[in-house]
Amino acid sequence: MPLLEFTPSGIYCRQADIYIDPWRKVNKAIITHAHSDHSRWGMKHYLAHPMSIPVMKLRLGNDISVQPVEYNQKLNINGVEISLHPAGHIPGSAQVRVSYKGETWVASGDYKVEDDGLSTAFEPVKCHTFITECTFGLPIYKWKPQSEIFREMNNWWKANQENGLTTIVTAYSLGKAQRILQNVDTNIGKIYTHGAVENTNEVLRKAGLDLTETSLITRDTTKKELQGNLIIAPPSALNTPWANRFKPISDGIASGWMMLRGTRRRRAADRGFALSDHADWPGLLQAIKATGAQNVITTHGYTSVFSKYLNEIGINSVEEKTLFIGESIDTAEEEKGKEEAVS
Amino acid sequence: MKDFAALFTALDQTNSTLKKVDALAKYFDRSNDQDKLWAIAILSHRRPKRTVKTTLLREWAAEEGEIPLWLFEEAYHTVGDLAEAIALVVPESSEQQNESLSYWIDLIISLGKEEEETKKTAILAAWHQMDAAERFVFNKLITGGFRMGLSQKLMTRALAKHTGIEESELAHRLMGDWSPQTTTFNELILTKDEKADLSKPYPFYLAYALDGEVSDLGQPNDWFAERKWDGIRGQVIVRDGQVFVWSRGEELVTDRFPEFQSFAEALPHGTVLDGEIIPVVDGIPLAFGLLQRRIGRKTVGKKLLTEIPIHLIAYDLLEYDGKDLRGLPHLERRAMLEKLVRNHPVDRLLLSDLVAFTEWKELTEVRSDSRANHCEGLMIKRKSATYQVGRKKGDWWKWKVDPLVIDAVMIYAQRGHGRRANMYTDFTFAVWKGEQLVPFAKAYSGLTDAEMREVDAFVKKNTIERFGPVRSVHSELVFEIAFEGINASSRHKSGVALRFPRINRWRKDKPKEEANTYKDLIQLLENYGQ
Repeated sequence: MPLLEFTPSGIYCRQADIYIDPWRKVNKAIITHAHSDHSRWGMKHYLAHPMSIPVMKLRLGNDISVQPVEYNQKLNINGVEISLHPAGHIPGSAQVRVSYKGETWVASGDYKVEDDGLSTAFEPVKCHTFITECTFGLPIYKWKPQSEIFREMNNWWKANQENGLTTIVTAYSLGKAQRILQNVDTNIGKIYTHGAVENTNEVLRKAGLDLTETSLITRDTTKKELQGNLIIAPPSALNTPWANRFKPISDGIASGWMMLRGTRRRRAADRGFALSDHADWPGLLQAIKATGAQNVITTHGYTSVFSKYLNEIGINSVEEKTLFIGESIDTAEEEKGKEEAVS
Repeated sequence: MKDFAALFTALDQTNSTLKKVDALAKYFDRSNDQDKLWAIAILSHRRPKRTVKTTLLREWAAEEGEIPLWLFEEAYHTVGDLAEAIALVVPESSEQQNESLSYWIDLIISLGKEEEETKKTAILAAWHQMDAAERFVFNKLITGGFRMGLSQKLMTRALAKHTGIEESELAHRLMGDWSPQTTTFNELILTKDEKADLSKPYPFYLAYALDGEVSDLGQPNDWFAERKWDGIRGQVIVRDGQVFVWSRGEELVTDRFPEFQSFAEALPHGTVLDGEIIPVVDGIPLAFGLLQRRIGRKTVGKKLLTEIPIHLIAYDLLEYDGKDLRGLPHLERRAMLEKLVRNHPVDRLLLSDLVAFTEWKELTEVRSDSRANHCEGLMIKRKSATYQVGRKKGDWWKWKVDPLVIDAVMIYAQRGHGRRANMYTDFTFAVWKGEQLVPFAKAYSGLTDAEMREVDAFVKKNTIERFGPVRSVHSELVFEIAFEGINASSRHKSGVALRFPRINRWRKDKPKEEANTYKDLIQLLENYGQ
C-alpha cells in the first residue's frame, strides 16, 4: 500500500486517515494553499498554515473548523509524521511532507522556486516520492527574473502616465496581485484595487502581512483621481464596463501564459507580462532534483510529456489524474474552476 | 536587426492601426535604404528563399536546448509557431549583435549554396548573439510565414508617411516582380519611371461582402450586376508584344496559362484586363476543383491543356492604348471593354455579361440559381465608380449565395497555430453512417473566442486517446458546418471533398444523435456536386 494514494476524493494517507487538498467532502483535510482548486468547501475539519486560514475563511465561510500548522511544525497522526514546508507559491503556501516508518513522500501543491519577496521562499524537502505539478512543464517556459519583469512593468506604467493613461494590470486576486503591489515602483504613482483584490489584501494584512498601501476603487472614485495611477484587478475585470469607465487606459495581463505570442494576441490586452507563481521548466527540474526523489508523480499541467521526460533522464515518473488546475489560462475557468480537470 | 525586432514587438503590443502605421513610419525614418527595402519586401510577402530546412532547425534547436527531439516537437505544437518555439527553447546567452536587418538576410541567402555544417555553424552563432525577440524574428526570416499584424495597405500608408509620396502611387510602384536583390529603394520607391517595368500590374480593386439588404444600395439603375465567377482573379497585361498574367496574390503566373499567349497578337498593345481565370467548356464554366489541378503546376502538359481549357472572363479594362483608365467611371470603362472584345475577338477571351435588371427583386432571383450556374453569387458595381486600390467599401459589393450546411459531430481535435496556439481549435467532423461516425471535414474558423475556450476545455476533459498532436474526444458536440461546394473525391475516405468548410455555429441545442447522416451528405453531393 503506497503511503499516499490517489482516490476519487483526493490524495489520501490511509495510515493517518487524512486527505491532502481533497475535492470531495471528507473528514480531515490538510490544505497546501488557499486557491480554490486546492482548498475546497465542505470538509469537516481542515489543517492549514496560519497565513492560509483567513483567506480560506473569506472564501469558504467563517464557520469552517480549521487548525493552524506552522512551517516545520511536526504533527504525529497514528504514527505518521506530517509537516508543512514553504512552497513559495503564494503567502502561506506549503508542501506537505508525510513520513512513516522511514518512507517519506512530499505533496508539493503548487510551487515556484524564485523568491518573490512576498511568500516565504521555497525550500526543497528530501523525500523518496515527490508529487509535483507541471503547469509549465515544457522547455519553452523559462521565466525572466522578476526584477526584469517589474522593470518592464514600471517602464510601461511610466510611459502610460506620460501619455495621460491609467494603467490596469490583471492578476489573480490571491498571490499575484499582492506580488505585483509589493514589487512595482510606488514612486511612479498610487495603487488602486478592484474589490476582489482588496478583500484579499485586507485579510492578509490582518493576518500580519505587511502589504504596500492600496486604495479600493468605489463608486465615488473619479476618473481624474485614477489617471496615471495603477489599478490591480482580477482577470475577469478586463474589457468589462467596470474597466472601461476608467478610459483612457492601457491594460496588461500578468500570467505565465503570456510567454507565448499566440496567447498574448488572443487576449485582447495591450501588454502581456510572463509572470507566474508556478515553477518554469528549469524550476521544476531544479526542485525535483533537490528532493533526491527516485519517484515523481505528476498531477496537473503537461503531465504526460513531463513524466515521459523524467523517465528518460532516469527518474521514475507516472501521471495521476487530479482536479487541480494550476494557472488557468482563462478567466471563466478560474471562476468556475472547481470541476475542471486539466490533463 | 535590433530595430526591426523592436518594431515587431511594438506592432505586437498594440491593436490600434494608427499606432502600428506610426511605428512602421518611424522605423522607416531611422533605417537605411536597404533595410527599408527588405522591410517592405517582407511585409509584401517577398521573403528570401528558404535556405535551411526546418527539420535541421528543429534538430539544432533541440540540441541547443539540451532536450530530446520529441520534446521539442511537443513544445512546437504547443507554441504553434516554429520560429517562436526555437527562439524560446534556445538558451539565452550574454553575447550581443548590432548588425542590420539586411546583414542577417544576406547571411541567410548566402547559406543556400553552403554545406550543412557551415549552415549549422552560422545559424547557431546567430542564435547565440541574439535575445529571444531578435532570435524569433531571425527564425521567421528563414521559415517565412511572417505575420506582423500589418496589412500591405497599412505598410503602404506608413511608407507614404515616410516618403511623402501618395499611397495609391506607391501601391502601384510596389506591384510586380521585384526583390531587394534586384532593385534599390531609390529605384523602386523614389524614382518615377515612366516606362516602368513592362510587366507591372495595377493594384487590384477588391469588393466587400454585402452585409445589409441589397435594396439599401438605392436606385437599381445606378448599378451593374454580374455573375461572381468561381475561378481565380487575374490581370492579363499585353504590352510591347508580350503577355503577363498576374494572380490576385501578386504572383506572376504567365507560364501556367499559355492559353493567353495569343492575346499578344490579337489585342492592341498597352492593354490591361481584369477578370476571372477559369476553365470554360461550351460556354459553361467548370468546377473550381479542375482549376486547382492547373494552379498547382508550373508547367502544363498537353493533356491538361485540352481537358481544362482556361479562359479569361473579362470584367474590367484598366489600361487601353497604354493609358491608365482607372480614373474613368465604370460605365465608360465597361463600354470600352465591350468594344475591345467585340473588335478584337480572340479565342479564350470572354466578356463577363451584365445581368439585366430593373428591380432588386429580379436580382434576388438570379442570385438564387447561382450554384446551378457554377457561380458563387453576384457582383454589384456602381456605374459611376472609378477603379480603386485595395479593399474599399461603397462601390463594389460581392453578394454570395448562402453556403451549404450540415450538422456534424466533432471527433478529433488538434492544437491550433498563431492566435489559437496551445488551444484545441482545429477539429475533425463526422456524420452518422448507422452506428458509425464517418469523418468528412476539418475546420477551425468560425467560433467566437469564448466558444473556443469552452470547446478547448471540453477537449481537455474528454480526451480518449492521443496521437501526437491530435486527440480523439468523446463524440458529443454538434456543430453546423458551412461550405461553398461539394465534390466527389477519391482522396478522402468519406468520398467527398468540401470547399471552404468552416464552423457556422455551435448547435448546443442538438444532441449528437440528431447530427446529419452520411446519406444526407451524399444527397448534397448529388444535388450540388459538379
